[in-house]
Formats: sequence, structure tokens, C-alpha cells
Amino acid sequence: MSGKSRGSQAERIRDVMDAEGDAVATNTRGFNAGRYESVGKLDDYEALKDRAREIKEDAIERLPELIDDVAEAVEENGGTVYIADDAADANRYIASVCESEDADRLVKSKSMTSEEIEINEHLEREGVDVVETDLGEWVLQLAEEAPSHIVAPAIHKSRAEIAKLFEERFDPDEELESAEELTMFARERLGELVRDADVGMTGANFVTADSGTIALVTSEGNARKSVTVPDTQIAVAGVEKIVPQIEDLHPFVELIGRSGTGQDITSYVSLFTPPINSPSVDFEDTDAVIEGTGEDREFHLVLIDNGRMAMREDEDLRETLYCIRCSACSNTCANFQSVGGHVFGGETYSGGIATGWEAGISGLDTAAEFNDQCTGCSRCVEACPVGIDIPWINTVVRDRINDRTDVDAEFLVEGLTPDTERSGPGIQKRLFGNFETLAKLGSAVAPVSNWVANTPPAARALEAVAGVDRRRPLPSFSRRTFVEWFESRDAVPPADPDRKVVVYPDIYTNYMDVERGKAAVRALEALGVEVLVPPASGSGRAPLSQGMIDTARHKAETVSEELEPYLEAGYDLVVIEPSDVAMFTGEYERLLPEAAFESVAENTYEILEYVYGLVSNGADVDRLRHADGETTVAYHSHCQQRTMDLAAYSRTMLERCGYDVETNDVECCGMAGSFGYKSQFYEQSMDVGENLAGQIREADADVIAASGTSCLDQIDDLLEEKPKHVIELLAPAE
Amino acid sequence: MATQRTEPARYDRFERTLEEYGVGVRRVRPAAVRETIESLRVGSAVGTPLDIEGAALPESVTTGPTTAELEAAETGVTSASLAIAEYGSVVLRATAEGSEPISLFNDRHVVVLREGDIVPDMASAFEWFGEELRETRDSAIIATGPSATADMGALVQGAHGPKEVEVIVVS
Ligand code: SF4
Repeated sequence: MSGKSRGSQAERIRDVMDAEGDAVATNTRGFNAGRYESVGKLDDYEALKDRAREIKEDAIERLPELIDDVAEAVEENGGTVYIADDAADANRYIASVCESEDADRLVKSKSMTSEEIEINEHLEREGVDVVETDLGEWVLQLAEEAPSHIVAPAIHKSRAEIAKLFEERFDPDEELESAEELTMFARERLGELVRDADVGMTGANFVTADSGTIALVTSEGNARKSVTVPDTQIAVAGVEKIVPQIEDLHPFVELIGRSGTGQDITSYVSLFTPPINSPSVDFEDTDAVIEGTGEDREFHLVLIDNGRMAMREDEDLRETLYCIRCSACSNTCANFQSVGGHVFGGETYSGGIATGWEAGISGLDTAAEFNDQCTGCSRCVEACPVGIDIPWINTVVRDRINDRTDVDAEFLVEGLTPDTERSGPGIQKRLFGNFETLAKLGSAVAPVSNWVANTPPAARALEAVAGVDRRRPLPSFSRRTFVEWFESRDAVPPADPDRKVVVYPDIYTNYMDVERGKAAVRALEALGVEVLVPPASGSGRAPLSQGMIDTARHKAETVSEELEPYLEAGYDLVVIEPSDVAMFTGEYERLLPEAAFESVAENTYEILEYVYGLVSNGADVDRLRHADGETTVAYHSHCQQRTMDLAAYSRTMLERCGYDVETNDVECCGMAGSFGYKSQFYEQSMDVGENLAGQIREADADVIAASGTSCLDQIDDLLEEKPKHVIELLAPAE
Repeated sequence: MATQRTEPARYDRFERTLEEYGVGVRRVRPAAVRETIESLRVGSAVGTPLDIEGAALPESVTTGPTTAELEAAETGVTSASLAIAEYGSVVLRATAEGSEPISLFNDRHVVVLREGDIVPDMASAFEWFGEELRETRDSAIIATGPSATADMGALVQGAHGPKEVEVIVVS
């Protein structure tokens, strides 16, 4: 990507944030808070998620067979099934149904799949009046805008904007102002349009193979009306919506509303087995008695492939097909909360999982437009009701996008980018992906490198060549690394240590933030542990985050080889940087042979997790430094640390050492590794960070603490106050 | 249809959850159903016949309505096949008597159900759905509270469906 296109991308993001950012932030954060509350009420939340996952795995595995079963069931019920290869095929079929019904109007309830195939445009061209009856979708239809969210499509529009839109379009007799007035106005108008509709179209949240039942999860009642009134119903659904049997709907019904908008259940979960045994309602014949089992009804189920069967064969994209489109991964995503689906989204889908959908359906070009919005913070993973590894899908797609990028101008950083990528991730990604090399060099010539890097000419050059935003202060390198400091010490190891530990010299602690490394060593030794800090390679987190999977794998193998002798000798592996804990216990599973992964993963501990373990097993907590009188600390835990459920250890240890701890509900600081340094994302990163800064300011604490390098830098930039790593607060003085 | 006797706690749970959704609920003897419906009726009413022993619709509720009567009505009275205590949901089965349009098009929906048809949780409801829908190929709605939308900038009750739901549990 050139400096120019980075500039125009930054501009676009700025425009969307200005126009839509506030409404999107308020709504998504509300949904996200609602999710925590609603799933918190479930005793068997994890078991339901596991069950949901199992059902999806099984259904996708058996998909060809289930498609046949559905076809058989629907035909038994008196309906027709059409399997469409792609969007054009589906559209042709649907248009032919409308034509044979001589349909003037088709009313629709909300369906992302119908957006995917762009059926509205197709039918309009064929002369059919298509009306979206979901209020949000209708607003967008009137405004000629695309959805910004997969569940609540118009969240980017404020009440005032909707009022203005209705004003312009309909010039209503009375001024519409409140949400109530707007809703009633829409209800009236749409009610009229539904009355004499000829065809009703719905999507399907699920389709059961045993009975041909379509499950629709809604709240407004428009889907029920669209099905009940006209005598012809069309349902469009991706083939992945099929589950084997009715009972399988149970976990999804409990999870979908809670995970998405934070509702325990939506007003209506319709289980339609079409053609439905219910009389159609002919409003034109006022004397018609409403009765009968709907013998006049017709039903067409259009099952859409459009790339899905190929996704099923693709080891890495296959998981995408488990997605139930609940929107949790959008709402929980700090980046999405700032920009919404018009930035973090492709042609149809938005949010973290959209990368998988768009890559599989529209191709890599579409996915490439927004894939970098995913920083791999992993907050969506625990929120996803079917446990999809959404960050991994983003990483894989990024790697594939890298693979087709041109490699010109790479010579500029030859030597700084000794990666094992065969083709070109582009200079910006390679620079960040090879951060270890940069850090090594920077440290070797520090402090000169620090003076130079932060001078205006150097900052300008870095921004122009590699897209490192000049407004972002660069990290400063330490002349003496953590490992060198450790080697130069003449401390005597404890004679009879309780435990033996290797503190992993992650690249941030080793080359930049040596103080937190020293603090970790002091704290562990004070608690009676023998500590070693051997030289070790970077974890591979930096290249992985840029989609450079081969390079990351190479790093993982190196680290594993370097550390294995210590692990074999009974050393525990203590890690300060949370993103590296996540690497060792998470991503390494995908990068290393099983035995090597297990050895590293099983012996890895986050530093405060380890300290907590020592204290719980009898080590003397008084050996640690305690708060000086009444002291409050505003503590921000790292995104991945939260996903791994490790944040509680830091909080608890701070409390045990006498601090009053204030936490926040911010999902991610917004720096997220390299994201906040990239010039196209700098402003978005600061916008995300502002949410955190606001909460920290509000806490008005005596001290600020955080756990991740990114978070520490981001807070420093936002508040101009350097926060401390928790271990620096608790380690005994030098 | 579930016929086991409901433990008293089940009704209480159902009642509590419904109240959270702002849905009125009362437990009455079969003989009192008629007057209870009458007291809950607003404007003209349409309904489906009740299949509960000893319980009947008041005269004012028109069964087998025409489309004109459906449109003129403000209240729709239908029975529910099942209720789910944990969620405060009622299960509305689409019937030949027009339960689906009658429970959907009016501003106020009055639901009548047997206390014995309250199941404790969603898992039990789906056991019932599995057997029932596979066998009959019928359709059913799990309805919880009134219809609602948040699309116009704030939560509004009464989108396309009813604005109010009232539940009568027959003991
Ligand atoms: S990926 Fe998971 S969290 Fe995201 S929409 Fe799909 S099911 Fe929901």
C-alpha cells in the first residue's frame, strides 16, 4: 500500500467516524454490556456453547446428506427446494417464482443472505416492488444505504436522522420525533404494504433437516406477517443453516439473542414448517373468513451455495460456516465499536467473522479491504457462541492476501526484514512483522537510535516509506538488554529454591522495557524462586499479527528448540508479555508439532499468575512491596490476558498488596501491537483509546497500571502519564 | 401436550419472568376464564375457540372472523399450547382457526393456557417441539412479551405485532 492510499484510507475512516461513530459506539457498547449481563444469568452457558459447537461441526461434516434430507422433508410438506450454485442462479429462480405468481409486490423480513445475493436489485429490475419490512432495513432501503451491522442494520443512524429521512420522504401531517412516533408511523405504512403483498420472503436462522422447519429469530413480528399474509412464501438460506433435527435448535435459541443484542430471548422465535398449516389472509376480500389449513399456500426454499461448499473443503475457512450471525464478534470488538460495519465490513458482512464470509463468498479482494481492522485482540473468541477462532481466520486470510501482493520496493528494507515470506506482505507489514530485528538493531545503537527515530526528518521518512504515523512517539530502545543485564548480575541464586523458573525475554521486555523484566526477577527471587533469563528468539507474535505465518512458524520452532532443554530440566516458563502467553498457550498449537506445543503450553505461566500461585502455596506475600497507605490503582488488563482468564491474578495480587483496584470495561486499548502505529489507522486507534482514557480519568486513581506493552504505550500517549506494569508495583525495591 | 402436574414453583417462576417483561398474568379457575377475558378485552375482539375443559370465551369475542373483523379488532384471544417458566414464553401454535393472524394483528393479545402446560425450561420445550413438529409438521411461535424494536433510536414495544400481552393461566 502506498503512502497515498494509506492517506485516503485514513480519510475515509475519519469521515465514517465523524458521521456514524457516536451512534455505532453507543449501540454496540450497549449490546456488548447486555451480552455480559445476559449470558451471566445462564448456569450452563459454557455447556450450551459446547453443544452448539458440536451440532455445527456435525452438521457441516454431514452437509451433503443433510441437504438431501431437507429437500425430502420440505417436499413431503408440500414445498419445493431449489439449490442455487451462486447468487445469479438464486436470483433467476426467485424471479421465476415471482413471475409465475404474477407478483407485483414482495415483502421481506430481514435476511443477510438475501443481501448477499442482492435479490432486491434483481427483482426491482424485473418489475417487482420489493419492500423491506424490518424497520431498520426499511430505513436503509429508504436512505439507500448499506447495513452497518449484521443484526441491527441501521445502528449508525440516530433517531434525528431517521426523523429527517421520514420527513423528506413522506412529509407526514404531524411532526415525528420520538422513537415511539417513528415506530408507529413505520408500522402503519408497512402494514399497508404487507396487506396486498403477493409473495413473502424470509431468511432462515436455522433449517431443520428432519422436518423442514425454518427457525426465525426476530422481535418485530414482521417476519410472521410476511409469512402469514401472502399465500406464497420464499425462504432464502445459505446451505450452512441446516441442522439435523428440531431438538438441535435448543442451545441456539438460548444463546443467539443473549450473545448478540444481550436479550435473553427475542420476542418471537418462529418455528415455521412451510407451507404453514394456517389460513392466509386476503385483506382485499373483507368478507373472507379466516380459517383453513392453508391449502392455497406455496413454499420455496432456496438453499444457496455461493462459495460455501468450497469453504467447507478449506481447512481454515470451514469454521466460518459454524457462524450463526449473532453479531457478538462485532459488538465486543473495540475497533468495530469505533467505526461500525461501513469500515469494518465487506460487501455484505461486517465485523470479525466477515473476513471469513467475504473471503469465501466474494474473494480475497473484498476481504483485503477491511481485514486489517482485526488486530487479533481475541476478545471475540470467548463471546462467540460457537467458539470460532475468528482471529485465526483473519490471520490466515491476511497471509493469503500477502501472498498475492507485489513485492516492489522491498529492497529498501533488505536486511531489516529477514523473514521467510516467499512473497510480499508489503513494506509496512514486513517492517512490523520483523520488529525483532529492528529492536535488536535499535538497542545496539541506543540511545542514538532513539534520538534519530523521533526526529522530524526520520519520522517523516518512516511515515512516507512504511506508513508509521509520525504523530506516534516511537518506542525507545534500551542499550543494555534484559538478557545482558541478567548475565551481568552477580546475584547468588537461592541455595534451596522452591521452584526453578525461566523468565522469557520477550522482545519488548528485552530491548525496550527492561525495568519490568528486572522487577519480575526481583519479585520471583524474593518469593524463593531460582530464576534464569536465557537468550531466546521472539515468539513470532509480531510476524503472525501481520499475517506472516511462515515466519511466525519459524520463530515458534526456534523458541521451542531454545527453551526445551530448560523445560525438560524442570523449569517453569514465566512470561511477562500477555500476547506471548497467548502465543505459547494458543497459536503455537497451530504452528508446532503436538508434543512441542504441549511442552511449551503446559509449562507457561503469566507472571502474575505465577506470583499468585507461589503466594497461594505458602510463599510470603510480605516479601512483595505493598501499597504505601491508602492507594488506588486504575488497572487495565490486556485483551488477550482477559480472554485467557488471567486478568484476575493481577487484580487479586494488587489487592493482596494493599491496593484499591479500579478496573474498566474496555475490550482493547486500541494500540493492539502495530495497529496504532500505522498511519492509516492512527486516528481510529486514538478514538478507541479515548474510551479507555475516559474511564481511567474517571477512576482518578493514584497510580495507573497495565499488563501489555501496547496498552502501556497507548495509555502513555493518551494520558501523557507513563503507567507501570503490575509487577513493577509489587516487586521489592532494588 | 404436556399434562404432568405443575409444581407450584413453576407457576411462580413463570409469573416472575412475565412481570419482568411487563406482561400481566393471573391464575384463575376454569369457570372464571370468561369474565377474566371480558375484563381484559379492549375494543372489539376476535379469537380462537378454547380447548380447556370448563373454560369458555365470552360472547364478545368473535371466532372464525372475517378479514374485516380481524382488522377492526383491538384484542385477539388465543390459547397457548405450552409455556416456558424460565423465559416467560408462551408457545403459539398456528391452527386452522387462525391463531397466527389473530395473535399477531391486534394491539392487545390475550393468551390462555393450562397451568399443567407450563414446562420449566427451554430444553423441555424443545423435547416437546421435536416430537410434536416432526410428527404434525405444524408451525409454532415461541412468543415472549410484546413485539418490540430498537431500530428507531430507543426501545419501543409494539412494532408490527401486539403492543400488549396479557396471560391467563387456568388452574
Ligand atoms: S462468528 Fe461467532 S460471534 Fe461472530 S457473528 Fe458468527 S456466531 Fe456470532
